[in-house]
Amino acid sequence: MIFPNMQASVYNDKVVRQFAIMTVVWGVVGMLVGVIIAAQLTWPELNFGIPWLSYGRLRPLHTNAVIFAFGGCGLFASAYYVVQRTCHVRLFGDKLAAFTFWGWQLVILLAAISLPLGYTSGKEYAELEWPIDILITLVWVAFAVVFFGTVGTRKVRHIYVANWFFGAFIIAVALLHLVNSAALPVGFMKSYSAYAGVQDAMVQWWYGHNAVGFFLTAGFLGMMYYFVPKQAERPVYSYRLSIVHFWALIFTYMWAGPHHLHYTALPDWTQSIGMVFSLILLAPSWGGMINGVMTLSGAWHKLRDDPILRFLIVSLSFYGMSTFEGPMMSIKTVNALSHYTDWTVGHVHSGALGWVGLVTMGTMYYLIPRLFGQKKMYSVKAIELHFWTATIGIVIYIAAMWIAGVMQGLMWRAVNADGTLTYTFVESVKATFPFYVLRLLGGLLYLSGMLIMLWNVFKTATSGRSVDVQIPAVAAHA
Amino acid sequence: MDILFLLIPLSVGLVFFILGGLWWAVHKGQFEDIEAEGERILRND
Repeated sequence: MIFPNMQASVYNDKVVRQFAIMTVVWGVVGMLVGVIIAAQLTWPELNFGIPWLSYGRLRPLHTNAVIFAFGGCGLFASAYYVVQRTCHVRLFGDKLAAFTFWGWQLVILLAAISLPLGYTSGKEYAELEWPIDILITLVWVAFAVVFFGTVGTRKVRHIYVANWFFGAFIIAVALLHLVNSAALPVGFMKSYSAYAGVQDAMVQWWYGHNAVGFFLTAGFLGMMYYFVPKQAERPVYSYRLSIVHFWALIFTYMWAGPHHLHYTALPDWTQSIGMVFSLILLAPSWGGMINGVMTLSGAWHKLRDDPILRFLIVSLSFYGMSTFEGPMMSIKTVNALSHYTDWTVGHVHSGALGWVGLVTMGTMYYLIPRLFGQKKMYSVKAIELHFWTATIGIVIYIAAMWIAGVMQGLMWRAVNADGTLTYTFVESVKATFPFYVLRLLGGLLYLSGMLIMLWNVFKTATSGRSVDVQIPAVAAHA
Repeated sequence: MDILFLLIPLSVGLVFFILGGLWWAVHKGQFEDIEAEGERILRND
């Protein structure tokens, strides 16, 4: 039995452990649904005529599962771990932290039931209906109290840079969720958005792109700023740069959203603002990428025999690549070719599989042995194998989507001498078939890597045991 | 584009909030001797 005063001297790793395990479990589930819908796009017969398994219902299940279940649990686990370790204090509010875990799992479970049943608010990446939205709000407020409560009771004067990123992610996501999900309930599981027409579209993509910016970027940069230096056993390349790029990123992020609405009913000038802000974002994004990669400066040899470090560094390469590609695609003339094609899908997945996926997997490979009192994962060879299946899978996936996307864009815009369209839409669909098969192959590889990880995590957890880690005594605190 | 009457004030408010955060951090001495802070996490946790 642990008495309260004894408990205060050890970290709360229970909630970290729970979230870490669920990250891996939901990763498998979300990626499996992704593979299923990739197969449905290739062979539509795989809908089987069953409404619950139709593409339109499974697609939001896939995006919600990978972003909020896999990515979300990964962010909870790493934010809770990092804030305790860098503040030298136990997590604020044990019960509240436990509530965030069970509450978040309930949100995921409700999503997994309601989306296939066809309940949706029709808002991309925010499809869940109003009762679930309220539960999300409660969990998120609890998350904020636990996180900022821990920062507020810290025993180290300086707030480590990773915590700034986690903090910005928590506050921004709260704001985005509240504004975008504002709706009028007209029944249990049915509501209408508070906005209409192009106004709704603007709010939707203000939310949508900032979800990319604050959920899928700021949060995972927080992860990167702790776990890359720890795994490399070197301080971050330039702490000064990390601070400058943090403030630059959060000051400039908010207005990139309109680039999702180029050539629509949105006023032209609003589209142009979105494009300009998207181009500006290249600078702070690359600041983080360079800072992370250069942390290895002088220790490049570690990449040769440390597969965990390879996960983390390759994820940063994908981050750099997709944050270059994104601003380019937001340029209106480029967007005229790329919009509505599979190029966009390829771009999203180079960020999602490459950056978010790999950095989370690297982080979990660092965390899980430590959470179960082990020195390293059960099988280092399996980490190596996972790394290569995942990386090859991503490359096949995004290369197939690049070719398919540019081809679709060119086919749709081709006109004959008399001004008629050269190709019908369905001809472009037929031409995409081989690339859909390749994409499925890439996804299957990525999923099998995740299954290897699940096995490795299971073996590590069962051969170890849950340990309580002592908080270091108050030492040289500046 | 009535929605901009909500979104733009929201962004302006947010910028002031962020400025407040930056001001707090600078005046609380969060950014003094920063390179040493990068080293600290490697020592003990």
